[in-house]
Amino acid sequence: MSAAQIRLSHICKFFSLGEVEVRALDDLSLEIDRGEFVAIMGSSGSGKSTMMNILGCLDTPTSGGYHFDGIAVETLNRRQLADLRNTKIGFVFQGFNLLPRTTALENVGLPLLYDRHRAVADPQARSIEALQRVGLGDRLDHEPNQLSGGQQQRVAIARALVTDPPIILADEPTGNLDSHTTLEVMALFQELNREGLTLVVVTHETEVAEYAGRLIELRDGMLLRDEVNPQPRDAQADLLELQTEKSDALA
Amino acid sequence: MRWHKLILVALKSIARNKMRSLLTMLGIIIGVASVITMVALGEGSQADIEGQVASLGTNLLMVRPGSVSSGGVSGGAGSRPSLTMDDVARLEKYATQLRWVSAEIRASGQVIAGSNNWSTTIKGVAPNYLSIRNYEMENGSFFTARESKMRAKVAVLGKTVADELFPDQDPVGARLRIRNVPFKVIGVMAEKGQSAMGNDQDDIIFAPDNTVLYRLSNGKTIHDISASAISSETMDAAKEELTALLRSEHRLAATAEDDFVIRDQTEIVAIATRVTGTLTLLLSSIAGVSLLVGGIGIMNIMLVSVTERTREIGIRLAVGARPLDVLAQFLIEAAILSLLGGLIGILSGLSAAWGVGKLLGVSAVVNPTVVLITVLFTGAVGVFFGFYPARKAANLNPIDALRYE
Repeated sequence: MSAAQIRLSHICKFFSLGEVEVRALDDLSLEIDRGEFVAIMGSSGSGKSTMMNILGCLDTPTSGGYHFDGIAVETLNRRQLADLRNTKIGFVFQGFNLLPRTTALENVGLPLLYDRHRAVADPQARSIEALQRVGLGDRLDHEPNQLSGGQQQRVAIARALVTDPPIILADEPTGNLDSHTTLEVMALFQELNREGLTLVVVTHETEVAEYAGRLIELRDGMLLRDEVNPQPRDAQADLLELQTEKSDALA
Repeated sequence: MRWHKLILVALKSIARNKMRSLLTMLGIIIGVASVITMVALGEGSQADIEGQVASLGTNLLMVRPGSVSSGGVSGGAGSRPSLTMDDVARLEKYATQLRWVSAEIRASGQVIAGSNNWSTTIKGVAPNYLSIRNYEMENGSFFTARESKMRAKVAVLGKTVADELFPDQDPVGARLRIRNVPFKVIGVMAEKGQSAMGNDQDDIIFAPDNTVLYRLSNGKTIHDISASAISSETMDAAKEELTALLRSEHRLAATAEDDFVIRDQTEIVAIATRVTGTLTLLLSSIAGVSLLVGGIGIMNIMLVSVTERTREIGIRLAVGARPLDVLAQFLIEAAILSLLGGLIGILSGLSAAWGVGKLLGVSAVVNPTVVLITVLFTGAVGVFFGFYPARKAANLNPIDALRYE
């Protein structure tokens, strides 16, 4: 068995829309190693979100095998899948998916509530730490409708980080964000990646993909391109540059 | 996940969605309260009716003389003067199934007290007549066995008579004349009101049986015998015994017909039973409809919140909640809401029943069984419709639950 953290072999996912059968993923095989920063690209309908949901154990493939950390995911029951999602995977949704009428702190603490294996001594402190990490230390008691899109996304990222998972999967994390916030999120991702986290980010924006170390492009549920980005851009540097430009413009 | 954590999650979720929680509880509250109010008032009126029937007399048996027929012409009930004080004495001596026996001798005439006079019925009865008929005294006392034996000239007045003859004074101790025989008033009966036939039951004077028999009547025949069976279950046995004793006293041949008639309250009781039966049916249907309406209310609000809750379940599943965690949370939530709503419903139902009962002059009787059934039913509806959709959602793939519209 290889050391790959994620190994998809001949994954297929079909949806039937009435008479028409949609092949969202068609015999897809790929591996992602520990510590990689992978950007998955593709036009809408290319199957990238479907792949992401399967990677995050939120959805099951029609056929094919998925190994996560050497574990055959298709052999796990619903309970074991839940525990896997809880402890090993941080998932960031495109639509944030925060609980309404619930403070940022409680939203971030939600995964810890269901963590029965590694009883966290102080979930509250852990959640605050995660929120500070994404720069929202001063928004603990805000509810989602009191936060901007970028802030909501950062709460969602904090929620993905709070259980300290080895991998973060983000589905269009910057889809609803302005360029400045996008850079902030990418800078955060790069920093996490440098600390050893595996990152898989789905995006349709080429400039976002340029920050990743590996580029995968899907089309019609099949692998179109899989190449290493020899020189990823540095989001922190770009962020500084953007700020300098802004202050220059003001001056 | 530990239970106290789950309960905390459920409580937080209830507090977070105050409007939804309130509406859910409102359904349960209205369902429980309306059923409890309806049934309490209904059972109250049922008890009132039963009380009225019971006030007619305790297991009352009435013996009347039979009819005379000569030459094919029947004289009608009571036309044969067959009952005497000997009959009463025999019943008192030998009857085992009768608790109390009293003769009834009726006389009528003008009664004069001071400057007032009034024409009324005088009834000669035994001292135990009060018990047989469930009568009560308002003032003074009823006469004693000794006064009966002595043919004492004492009288107990019905309320109407007392008001007519002694409008401004306490009649007890006063004197009056019945058909020129002087009597002393020793008591006044409590008001009895109109009978079912519309007669004024208070327009009457009671006097000892022997007094009326010998001083106001012919000294021989009595009009009725009232008797009280030991219990309602032994009415038939009492009737048989009464018949046997009277037949032997009257020395009737085995082939001869009874020269008396025994009547009991079977018919009245049957009517009362029918009335209360109809009432019970009516109540049950009202309670049923109330429960149904309450149940539908709970169902609606529970189902309406499903969309949002399905997304919530998707989120919880996505961050690693086991399906069982989600189910337990929803079960606890539904149970807490149902319990709380049931409790408030009971309290408001009881106070509403009490208030309306006061207003309408009906007594409210709370039946614990009904309260229990109502709370269990509404609770079950609440838990089912809170839990069942959650169960469905918890069994979806997280991504399908998240996408649920």
